[in-house]
Amino acid sequence: MIEVRKLVKRFGLKTVLRGLDFKVEAGEFVAILGPNGAGKTTFLRILATLSRPALGDVRIGGYRLPQHAAAVRRRLGVVSHLPLLYGDLTAEENLRFYGRMYAVPHLDRRIAEVLEMVGLATRRRDLVRTFSRGMQQRLAIGRAVLHDPEVMLFDEPHTGLDQDACAMLDNVLREVAVRGRTVVMTSHDLARVGDLASRFDVLSRGVIAASVPRSEMEPNNLLAFYKQALQEV
Amino acid sequence: MNPLMEPPTLNPPASTLDMPRSSIGGFLRALSAVVWKDLAAELRSRELLSAMLVFALLVILIFNFALDLEPGTRATVTSGVLWVTFAFAGTLGLNRSMAMEKDRGCLDGLLLAPVDRSAIYFGKVLGNLVFMLIVEAIVLPVYSILYNVNLFNPGLILVILLGSIGYVTVGTLLASMAVQTRTRDVLLPILLFPVVIPVLIASVKGSSAFLQGLEMADIWPWLNLLIVYDVIFTAVAFMVFDYVVEE
Repeated sequence: MIEVRKLVKRFGLKTVLRGLDFKVEAGEFVAILGPNGAGKTTFLRILATLSRPALGDVRIGGYRLPQHAAAVRRRLGVVSHLPLLYGDLTAEENLRFYGRMYAVPHLDRRIAEVLEMVGLATRRRDLVRTFSRGMQQRLAIGRAVLHDPEVMLFDEPHTGLDQDACAMLDNVLREVAVRGRTVVMTSHDLARVGDLASRFDVLSRGVIAASVPRSEMEPNNLLAFYKQALQEV
Repeated sequence: MNPLMEPPTLNPPASTLDMPRSSIGGFLRALSAVVWKDLAAELRSRELLSAMLVFALLVILIFNFALDLEPGTRATVTSGVLWVTFAFAGTLGLNRSMAMEKDRGCLDGLLLAPVDRSAIYFGKVLGNLVFMLIVEAIVLPVYSILYNVNLFNPGLILVILLGSIGYVTVGTLLASMAVQTRTRDVLLPILLFPVVIPVLIASVKGSSAFLQGLEMADIWPWLNLLIVYDVIFTAVAFMVFDYVVEE
């Protein structure tokens, strides 16, 4: 579903991604772990078509980026640590706006389904600026799945959430994953992603330093795997 | 052959996701969605309009006390006052309009949508134009009373419309560029005013000519300049917006 080969990204003289290789099969849930400044957000922004690679080959669903960015965007749902929602619109109005941008068919019904899924059906007519951070993040996931994308990209979705909000967000993430979507999530919180992802990749100094499927990893060994991967780069 | 080096898929898998979205219908749908969103959000907050309006009325009022005008010189001077007011109030509105998109990452949300990005640009232009015209519609009667100017002049309204289109067209493009920087509030006027000098000069001269009741032969050059400027910068913005908003 996602194939990345020899990806390089530079900002001025600084090289952030240094020939990164990455592959995700359809239906996989991959967590990309790494310290701050490792290039996780930059990598996800390239996959999300928000940034152009300097060198290398990026394909999603068979479409090459950035040449076929519009076709890829139809297949993507993106959640970042910012909600990408308008505070002066209600939850329902935000979803209606994005639904029109994505030409979602049967929009009223779909909005009701999504609000139910993220547990905000009773707050549909409330302004988003009155929502807590956790509620905004759940609505952000609703926005991202509104057009039923094949690939979901999550960039540190737990940032700024308290424990209860994180747990609630995890439930929504599991629901997104069990529907067979391909999920790529970046995080530096190992405890949070440990029981969500089916594969763990460590991104350090602009390359994928190590990769392991959850099935091949011993229980509670994620921290040791992560530290070892960082030392090997 | 390396599969990653193959040419782009010519016949991508058929699904509802592959339906053509770059049609005129899709363009208009996205454009109207952006306009609706801007108007609905402003109707709730009234942040942008109230700031523009208060600022514009204060400028008009201050100039009224500062300038003690003879009836003969009034028409030539006050059109400048009018356009200084519109330009400064317009800059406030353009800054706020794009800041709203940037603050919660909404600009990324817009850019992630599978629509022609020029639809996003023209949606923002239309929204900003509506706000500017609303402010002008409120300011003009006040201007008429304070400066004793007859507003029932279709030519003056035409100049204001053409000038506002040119100002907002360029302003929206440059605001989307400035909003990516930390100094966006300062940067926008610095970028914008040198580029809109032709619009401001033509608008001031055109307005003044209509208020003085000059012959159309004297006015046409200014109207032509406004029309040409509007067409050229609409085309330029259409071509470069995609590059301006992308990293």
